[in-house]
Amino acid sequence: MNRSFHKSQTLRFYDCSAVEVKSKFGAEFRRFSLDRHKPGKFEDFYKLVVHTHHISNTDVTIGYADVHGDLLPINNDDNFCKAVSSANPLLRVFIQKREEAEHCSFGAGSLSRRRKALALREDGPRRRAHLHIGLPHDFRPVSSIIDVDILPETHRRVRLYRHGCQKPLGFYIRDGTSVRVAPQGLEKVPGIFISRMVPGGLAESTGLLAVDDEVLEVNGIEVAGKTLDQVTDMMIANSHNLIVTVKPANQRNNVVRGSRASGSSGRSSDSAASRHSLPTAPALLHLQPDDADSDDEPDVVLEGVLEPRPVPRPPPPGSQVRVNGAGPAPARDSPAHRLLSSLRADPRQSLALPLPPGAVEEHGPAVTL
Amino acid sequence: MRRFLRSGHDPARERLKRDLFQFNKTVEHGFPHQPSALGYSLSLRILAIGTRSGAVKLYGAPGVEFMGLHRENNAVVQIHFLPGQCQLVTLLDDNSLHLWSLKVKGGVSELQEDESFTLRGPPGAAPSATQITVVLPHSSRELLYLGTESGNVFVVQLPAFRTLEERTISSDAVLQRLPEEARHRRVFEMVEALQEHPCDPSQVLIGYSRGLIVVWDLRGSHVLCHFLSSQQLENVSWQRDGHLIVSCHSDGSYCRWPVSSDAQQPEPLRNCVPYGPFPCKAITKIFWLTTKQGLPFTIFQGGMPRASYGDRHCISVVHDGQQTAFDFTSRVIDFTVLTEADPAAAFDDPYALVVLAEEELVVIDLQAAGWPPVQPPYLASLHCSAITCSHHVSNIPLKLWERIVAAGSQQHTHFSTMEWPIDGGTSLAPAPPQRDLLLTGHEDGTVRFWDASGVCLRLLYKLSTVRVFLTDTDPSDNLNAQGEDEWPPLRKVGSFDPYSDDPRLGIQKIFLCKYSGYLAVAGTAGQVLVLELNDEEAEHAVEQVEADLLQDQEGYRWKGHERLCARPGPVHFEPGFQPFVLVQCQPPAVVTSLALHSEWRLVAFGTSHGFGLFDHQQRRQVFVKCTLHPSDQLALEGPLSRVKSLKKSLRQSFRRIRRSRVSSRKRRPAGPPGEVQEGGARAERTGVQSMELAPVQRKIEARSAEDSFTGFVRTLYFADTYLRDSSRHCPSLWAGTNGGTVYAFALRVPPAERRMDEPVRAEQAKEIQLMHRAPVVGILVLDGHSVPLPEPLEVAHDLSKSPDMQGSHQLLVVSEEQFKVFTLPKVSAKLKLKLTALEGSRVRRVSVAHFSSCRAEDYGEHHLAVLTNLGDVQVVSLPLLKPQVRYSCIRREDVSGIASCVFTKYGQGFYLISPSEFERFSLSTKWLVEPRCLVDSAETKSHSRPRNGSGPEKALGRARNSGNQSDGEERRPGPVMEHALLNDERVLKEIQSTLEGDRGSYGDWRSQRVAMGYSLSNGGAE
Repeated sequence: MNRSFHKSQTLRFYDCSAVEVKSKFGAEFRRFSLDRHKPGKFEDFYKLVVHTHHISNTDVTIGYADVHGDLLPINNDDNFCKAVSSANPLLRVFIQKREEAEHCSFGAGSLSRRRKALALREDGPRRRAHLHIGLPHDFRPVSSIIDVDILPETHRRVRLYRHGCQKPLGFYIRDGTSVRVAPQGLEKVPGIFISRMVPGGLAESTGLLAVDDEVLEVNGIEVAGKTLDQVTDMMIANSHNLIVTVKPANQRNNVVRGSRASGSSGRSSDSAASRHSLPTAPALLHLQPDDADSDDEPDVVLEGVLEPRPVPRPPPPGSQVRVNGAGPAPARDSPAHRLLSSLRADPRQSLALPLPPGAVEEHGPAVTL
Repeated sequence: MRRFLRSGHDPARERLKRDLFQFNKTVEHGFPHQPSALGYSLSLRILAIGTRSGAVKLYGAPGVEFMGLHRENNAVVQIHFLPGQCQLVTLLDDNSLHLWSLKVKGGVSELQEDESFTLRGPPGAAPSATQITVVLPHSSRELLYLGTESGNVFVVQLPAFRTLEERTISSDAVLQRLPEEARHRRVFEMVEALQEHPCDPSQVLIGYSRGLIVVWDLRGSHVLCHFLSSQQLENVSWQRDGHLIVSCHSDGSYCRWPVSSDAQQPEPLRNCVPYGPFPCKAITKIFWLTTKQGLPFTIFQGGMPRASYGDRHCISVVHDGQQTAFDFTSRVIDFTVLTEADPAAAFDDPYALVVLAEEELVVIDLQAAGWPPVQPPYLASLHCSAITCSHHVSNIPLKLWERIVAAGSQQHTHFSTMEWPIDGGTSLAPAPPQRDLLLTGHEDGTVRFWDASGVCLRLLYKLSTVRVFLTDTDPSDNLNAQGEDEWPPLRKVGSFDPYSDDPRLGIQKIFLCKYSGYLAVAGTAGQVLVLELNDEEAEHAVEQVEADLLQDQEGYRWKGHERLCARPGPVHFEPGFQPFVLVQCQPPAVVTSLALHSEWRLVAFGTSHGFGLFDHQQRRQVFVKCTLHPSDQLALEGPLSRVKSLKKSLRQSFRRIRRSRVSSRKRRPAGPPGEVQEGGARAERTGVQSMELAPVQRKIEARSAEDSFTGFVRTLYFADTYLRDSSRHCPSLWAGTNGGTVYAFALRVPPAERRMDEPVRAEQAKEIQLMHRAPVVGILVLDGHSVPLPEPLEVAHDLSKSPDMQGSHQLLVVSEEQFKVFTLPKVSAKLKLKLTALEGSRVRRVSVAHFSSCRAEDYGEHHLAVLTNLGDVQVVSLPLLKPQVRYSCIRREDVSGIASCVFTKYGQGFYLISPSEFERFSLSTKWLVEPRCLVDSAETKSHSRPRNGSGPEKALGRARNSGNQSDGEERRPGPVMEHALLNDERVLKEIQSTLEGDRGSYGDWRSQRVAMGYSLSNGGAE
């Protein structure tokens, strides 16, 4: 996705300091522009938005889609500045009524999660009833501890969220030996260990993995008997949704299981946060998408009557550009796909923004997600 | 996710799986890597080759093959067949002796190691005291004489290798029995030659390295006569009647010495330096062979003038005024001469010279004028130019087969017409059910067509693409240089030629249509040739077309090799496959994928820059598509990106090499092929190894789109399917790239009657980007019954049911990481198997194979045969993508073996275990090509004693029994009975038949009559 923006950046508005804003409220779109270098105050922006949408008397929250396709809030001057400056080149703004927005959080994958709003709403009130913690507006979940209730206390199952393709997971593994207690006594067995963290990388930023932690499982598959290269390949193949079970080298920060029967695994991990700060409870609950959903990486299929080279030419009008999953199987959607498809589906959008020749269609694989 | 791990518990399916799948490594084709020893049994007519990795391979008549592997992976130094028996002794370079025997089990012979032995000296003795230099199996079949570096000759009794210390012929004992004048010189040192008297088993000849040769009487323990030479002794040959000894020496000379009982110390008859007068290299081995015509054959190795020809590997044959120095392409390991096997015959009458060179086996016909070479039916040097790719075509129609064989036979005219002389044993393997071709592409621009139907991989035809191009060296110059008349009379023999004139000529991809005889061949410099089979020689120009794959990509500069220059004007082609179109990709990068559709007359080719489609009927390019990713250049500053990634891949391969160095053994012993259970043990072993090593690190980093080489086209596929809508099917071309992109083009091929008038059109219809971005290694379309679409023309030839065009088609895309089934025409994911995510292994090769049940005659299923980067072979079911079986096949460190693997259409496969050997394996219960052969022990009796297996110094007992065993018609009841008791009932019948025959004198061996009976005591009885 970001690539397609890069693309268009090079093609249009290159020397223009105006930022095109596309604001969406409900099913309605409004378009206006802002000065990239002097965006102004949040207050003014808010007024502008409610004015253009004619919703001056409603209390709304404003969010925008960042480069990773995540919905992030605009509620002060700082993040407004950030939003405008990172617009690339189009700034997509989403407006929600305040009361609706309560049910729905910002953050990664939040756009895709909306379709599950119904399910969430069921336990929404109950959650608010016993404890209210503010929405982690400025956070993006990067990791979580899961399955605490079914794992031995010495083990930790960590899930890493990778946002966008660019950021490496940021750790290295090595082989080594670990000592196990066997019926015959102590026994040395080969094992896989985390050998190094990339400074500033995803793994380091989570704080849940550390050097010399022994890797026991990758996405539910035991690594015993597998070679370093096999484990590397497994981790990379699962990198979209990597769940590693480790035996931390430092066992002092283990999750202490409370006596109360914990509900979902997400809760229990939250109540017994390990040594590092974790997203708060509601966010964590959101972060339990079923495996099939986030695990699935829909492939992009472009169809069209494209004249093959040697005569490259823009696609004829009416050529169908379909993104996989936009059609009959919305359940498999990823946020970006939906965004993209909604962009395409809106005729006004295509009118207002005629695609420059050969922008997206021609370089099909440029749509990376 | 775990659903994939759960193995199916359906018992019916499990039973069916057992009927369908079975893993076997069946036979090794080609020439053994690093041969180190040669043995030959004149009586069995079986050749043995030992290798530096400790393997022993036996070859007889075509199809008769045995293989054994020593537990120690030490080089085999010598191989000796025991006279008249199905047994052989090998000497390894760790000084251990091993006794092997061919035993009949269930009707077929098997090679087994029976016993091993290491000679031990007295405590405190130097290791050289027992370092074996020469082995002489005595014709008594019971004793083995072992010459050592210390000069002592030890005696051990077979088959138990019991040392007979009282019989040791020590150098001191010999010295004491020499006359005074011979004792003055320091004549001892190591034993260089040890031979039994050709007629009298009680005499042996011992040659010492300092030049002394003695004839020793075993019974009386005294010196019968001795010969003193001034030169270092290399080897000795004893004339058939025992009256003449020929010795060869380190100064390049040989001497003839008369043997008679009256002269104790005879003078040499003649001393001759064949390639003098300038200093010569040593003659290391010599044969002196008598003929009926009277003039003997002298055959010797080496002796070339040191200064000018010292680097040649020569064997000279001198006979009747003719002399030829056969010049071999690689070092000569050993040689032997095939002679009259009948001990009663008065003359040797040699008929063939068998030379084992380091890279090939050469057999020369000594009876035909000019001594032409004989074409071997096996042991082909696959690597005479390095193999760069291979392609297998199953079930060749007879017509095409005959035409290829006919084209090939015209290339083999320089070979002798002699029947293959090494013809021992009987092959019991059933005739191959179909004709299979294995095509290998080579670095020198040739394609070799091998008959891969049976156990013997035989060269049928060789195609050279060199003639199409202008190369630096004109082949005619070379021939002129050879034609000079000079001394020594050198003649090049052998086909091994690892030096390629131009690496750009290398063949990278081959595609043969077995129905139409069209062949497409693509090479290193982006050249794609389309060839047609023509039974006549022809002279015509090859049409040239350039395919610019970059099109309008700017700022790209090709930094690789230039493209090949095509030869202008008409070119002469011999009968066979003749090229008619040459497409040259621009830039001239290596062709990475190739597909040919003979029905539509289209050829598709891909490189690292893109792919193109060519209409070879109209000789017109249909389209090209550049697959270079725009970000490749944006992100990595133009063409340099390639350099960067090359650096990266180099680093990776070095890492891999480092890893493979620590890998334990080159080859696992040939035991029952390891199933997955073995994997655990192996993992433990590797785990234990890695404990002692510094840990290796691996970075966990997802593949990004910026990884270079994303445009590399990995696979091309033609299919007639529903690409655009579900009502009309149309021809289509599919291409998969390294970056996980699949392109689909809809093609419009005009009907046959207007095929020449209207152009073929193509339109891009689909583009799929796999999100995991792994290289696409296979694309396949399944018809409405989930059966893979048939090959082009297969239906037209009534060899396949026409595909089901009613139901909905499915597209299977195999990437290195996943198998994924999509619906057609709307490409939506239906099923997948995430191999890498589950096992950490990657797909290296995938192919559709048909597996037939071994029980139900007509039951069969189509599945995917898959080879992973860990060397495992798996079967994945179609269309449900359920893993069926997994076997470990290739060592994971053997990168070249994994890269060379090809699967056949019926569940077999080939991979290179060395540059010169293909291992054949089978996943199918039904299609199994393996040697089943019988080496008849009764045959052993027919020729009483084999003559020297591998050289005079290693010579086995020379003939001494005359009379009673003339031709093999006579059988001795004694040994036959023995074998019958030991082996099988088959021989029992023979006993009955022979009991009525001649009951020849069978007596004590000490009474000098033959030793046949000795198999009673050692013929595997104990």
